[in-house]
Amino acid sequence: MSRNRPVNLDIGTMRLPITAYVSILHRVSGVAIFLGLSVLLWCLDKSLESPQGFYLVKNIFDHPAAQVIIWGVLSALSYHMVMGIRHLVMDAGYGETYEAGRASAVISATIVGCIIGFLAFWVLS
Amino acid sequence: MYYRVPSFLGALLTASPLAKDKKGIFNWILQRASACVLLAYFLFTIAYIAVNPDLDYPRWRQLYSSSVMQIFSLLAVLALVTHALIGLWCVYTDYLTERLLGPKATLLRNSFQAVTVAITAAYVIWTFSIFWSL
Repeated sequence: MSRNRPVNLDIGTMRLPITAYVSILHRVSGVAIFLGLSVLLWCLDKSLESPQGFYLVKNIFDHPAAQVIIWGVLSALSYHMVMGIRHLVMDAGYGETYEAGRASAVISATIVGCIIGFLAFWVLS
Repeated sequence: MYYRVPSFLGALLTASPLAKDKKGIFNWILQRASACVLLAYFLFTIAYIAVNPDLDYPRWRQLYSSSVMQIFSLLAVLALVTHALIGLWCVYTDYLTERLLGPKATLLRNSFQAVTVAITAAYVIWTFSIFWSL
C-alpha cells in the first residue's frame, strides 16, 4: 500500500452532525476518566485507610476546588456511561439508522445534561 | 424491509473458532464485556454513597472488606485494564498518525502507549495495595 495515498477525509473542514460530536466527546470523556481515576483511587485509598482518612475525604468536599474536580470526574463518568449504554443498545441492533442515531444522540445528551446538572446540585454546594 | 444482524451477534459469529484473524473482533467483544462490568461497579458505588448520606468509617470499611465486594472490585480492575488499554489504543491510532502529525507520529504514539501502560500498571498496583491492607 502506498504511503502517500491521497486522503479524502479532512474532518477539520467538515460540518459535523450531532452524532459526530457525541462520539468525539465519548472519547474525550474516556481520556478524562483515565486521568481522573487517580482522584477516585486516592479517595478510595484514604477513605479505607483509617477513620481520620475517611473524614478527611468526607470533609475535603467542603473545599470549592475539590468540589469542582470531583464534579468534573463524575460528569465525565456520567457522560461516558450514558453514551456507552447508547452504544450497547445499538450493538443489540436497535436504532442503527442515521435518523435513530440522531434522535438517540439528542435524547442521551439531554439525559447527561440533567445528570450533570443534578451532580452540580449534589456536589457543588 | 430488511433484517440486519445485531452487531454483537455478528461479532460472536465472526469470533468463532472458524474465523482466521480474530484480534479486532476479540477486542470489540472485550471492550463491551468490560464496559458492562464497569457500568455495574460504578452504578453500585455511586448508588451506595447516594442512599447512605450518613455513611461512617466502620460501615464503609466493612463494605469493602466483604468477599463479594473484593471479588467485584477485582473484576472491575481487570475490566478497567482491558477497557482503558483498548479504548486509548483506538484514540491514539486514530489521531496520533503520520497523516495528521508527520513522520514523528509513530514515535509519539508509541511513547503515549508506553506511558498509558505504565499508568495502568500503577493503578493496578495501587488498587491491589488498597485491598491488601484491608
